[in-house]
Amino acid sequence: MTTIVEARGLTKRYRGITAVDGVDFQIARNSITGLLGRNGAGKTTLMHLLTGQEFATEGSITVAGESPVENPAVLQHTCFIKESQRYPDDFKPKHVFAAAPGFFPHWDADFARELAAEFRLPVDRRIKKLSRGQLSSVGIIVGLAARAPITIFDEPYLGLDAIARQAFYDRLLADYAAHPRTVILSTHLIDEVADLLEHALVIDNGRILIDSPVDALRSHAATIAGPAEAVEQAVAGLEVIHRERLGGFVSATVAGDTEAAAGRARAAGLEVGPVSLQQLIIRQTGGTPTEHEEVSR
Amino acid sequence: MDDGRPIFLQIAELIENQVIDGSLVEGAQVPSINEFAAFHRINPATALKGITLLVDAGVLYKRRGIGMFVAEGARARLLAERRERFATEYVQPLVVEARALGLTTDHLIEMIRKGTP
Repeated sequence: MTTIVEARGLTKRYRGITAVDGVDFQIARNSITGLLGRNGAGKTTLMHLLTGQEFATEGSITVAGESPVENPAVLQHTCFIKESQRYPDDFKPKHVFAAAPGFFPHWDADFARELAAEFRLPVDRRIKKLSRGQLSSVGIIVGLAARAPITIFDEPYLGLDAIARQAFYDRLLADYAAHPRTVILSTHLIDEVADLLEHALVIDNGRILIDSPVDALRSHAATIAGPAEAVEQAVAGLEVIHRERLGGFVSATVAGDTEAAAGRARAAGLEVGPVSLQQLIIRQTGGTPTEHEEVSR
Repeated sequence: MDDGRPIFLQIAELIENQVIDGSLVEGAQVPSINEFAAFHRINPATALKGITLLVDAGVLYKRRGIGMFVAEGARARLLAERRERFATEYVQPLVVEARALGLTTDHLIEMIRKGTP
């Protein structure tokens, strides 16, 4: 497994705000990595640093060993699909697709047409007149058909319904299998994408909170429930990241090497349940909504 | 797929089950990594990990450039292994639950007899 992205002591400060705070991480070539975290955690800043749209205040980030800033060798291999993508005023989707080969040397026009049909995108309508979901499909089609060695999706599905999102995940998986590339997926819909991810990077308050293969995360957390005394015995020595009580009944979410504890708990007649990636991240990132989220609702 | 264990283990067990129940016979070709990934909507690397587990255990074998096949004798070996695990995975929890409900061993044996067609 080789590394394609490497950050060392990467820091980005805006006036008085540290958006990314001295992070170190690596992303493996040709993996699908989830960049997860709450609003305002620093995900978008990180992606801007990765694509050379922001300058690091301190530290460094490299793509294939080179800085992405003003570096065509890196940028022509990168496709960054963001939620707030803007297009020239009179553009129609077909113009976007016609211009794409100029930006993306691996562009597959047939694949783009196929996707446009699948997402029922009116390619001849002005982009200004498209619905929010249709606008999202334009980005998704560009991101997939570009076949860029580094493909980054930042919340690419605003306005897309569950069926269209599933179509996106299925197409992404199939095309990734046929044309392996490095995919970074930033999303709130953690449970929807959990099985697609090979690796999870969870960022909170500008710092990396979790940097782990998703498989390992799943086997490193469990919920053990039952009579309080028995549960406390079963989880002794493990990190309890969450505890809920109802009378004499306790449900404890534990992290760490939970396999032995789960075995003991089952033998003692306690209930042992899985913890989804989303639950795990909610527990680890505090579980209270940020101001940002409250305001936006 | 979700019972809390890593997905590659679940994939491996799924294939094992098919070998045990005979829907994948010895010598039969199993679907490719990418087919598994697409069907279960999981990362291909995860599917690969599950398959590799079975190749290492001698349940499957690779024919370079052709695909993956069920090994001769795989079913008998899996059955032996599963029978060994049956006591800890099924009988023990059954007894624990029966005790919690105040059922005696005789009760339990009687229920098993009745429940067997």
